[in-house]
Amino acid sequence: MNDTVGIVIVSHSKDIAKGTADMVRQMVGSEIKVAFCGGNPDGGLGTSVALIVDAINDAWSPKGVAILVDLGGAETNSEMAVEMLDPERRDLVVVCNAPIVEGAVMAATEAAGGSSLAEVRAVAEELSAD
Amino acid sequence: MSLQPETFKSLVKVAAEQVIASAPELTTLDQAIGDGDHGTNMKRGFEAVLGKLDAISAQPFDEALKTIGKTLVMTVGGASGPLYGSFFLAAGEALSHDKHLPDDLAEVFASGVDAVSKRGRSHAGEKTMLDVLVPVLETLKTDAGQPDIVERIRTTAAEAAARTAPMQATKGRASFLGARSVGHVDPGARSSCVLLQAVCASLEGRA
Repeated sequence: MNDTVGIVIVSHSKDIAKGTADMVRQMVGSEIKVAFCGGNPDGGLGTSVALIVDAINDAWSPKGVAILVDLGGAETNSEMAVEMLDPERRDLVVVCNAPIVEGAVMAATEAAGGSSLAEVRAVAEELSAD
Repeated sequence: MSLQPETFKSLVKVAAEQVIASAPELTTLDQAIGDGDHGTNMKRGFEAVLGKLDAISAQPFDEALKTIGKTLVMTVGGASGPLYGSFFLAAGEALSHDKHLPDDLAEVFASGVDAVSKRGRSHAGEKTMLDVLVPVLETLKTDAGQPDIVERIRTTAAEAAARTAPMQATKGRASFLGARSVGHVDPGARSSCVLLQAVCASLEGRA
């Protein structure tokens, strides 16, 4: 099996989420599992736990899923979404403390090489290190 | 005093209606120090709660609180969804484990406050909803059984929300503003106050 870690991009703006996913696919390749979501339950700026849960399941990989977020509510809602997953999936999903665009590209690049979830997360979070 | 199902139903209804009515005020507060969506987010969440009012009030209290929590989590669309949602989910969970209303109200409320603190990785003093929830919890602990407990909670909530104005935010969106967050009441503290005061008004039969 050549499973790779899945990448989920969660922005307040669907346009930013989609644009980030487009960049990941162009720069890293279309074999990587990328899902994205953005917008509140009414479609305005914000995030939706239900959409995040769907995105995680879309990008699902037995090796796990790394989530990249933009601002506060996206992080809180992503953490909530992780807790609402089936129990056997919860421990295989991480929310990365990283800038959304650079973090997604770096995480996807690392994932494409077959790295573990911990390695993918570490590469993304290095961007936030001082 | 025991909590009757019809009392609970009107309590949830009044609380939801008051939050919805306060949406413009919450949005104005949030435009000052946040991203301006707290009012519309809370309105969307509590409209969803109102839409399920009959189903919610037909459930046992623990399940009803969990349904309210899950509804807020799924519909609010901002950080306040998981924060308020976690409060109700944890309070419901406490009721599922040998806690009873009204005797264990302080403990049930404490479970909710603890969940908010964990979810937001925050504590009182950081200009958040916890700056209302924590003082109210203290009042519940110290003044339980007093004949005017409802009045005391109302006063505590109002004073606590007002005290967030001079605070500098260190958590949440308002923390980006640093010193400029001083001088504005925190929107989350205000929405917590609105909710608690609506519950008080409902319990006193004034709404």
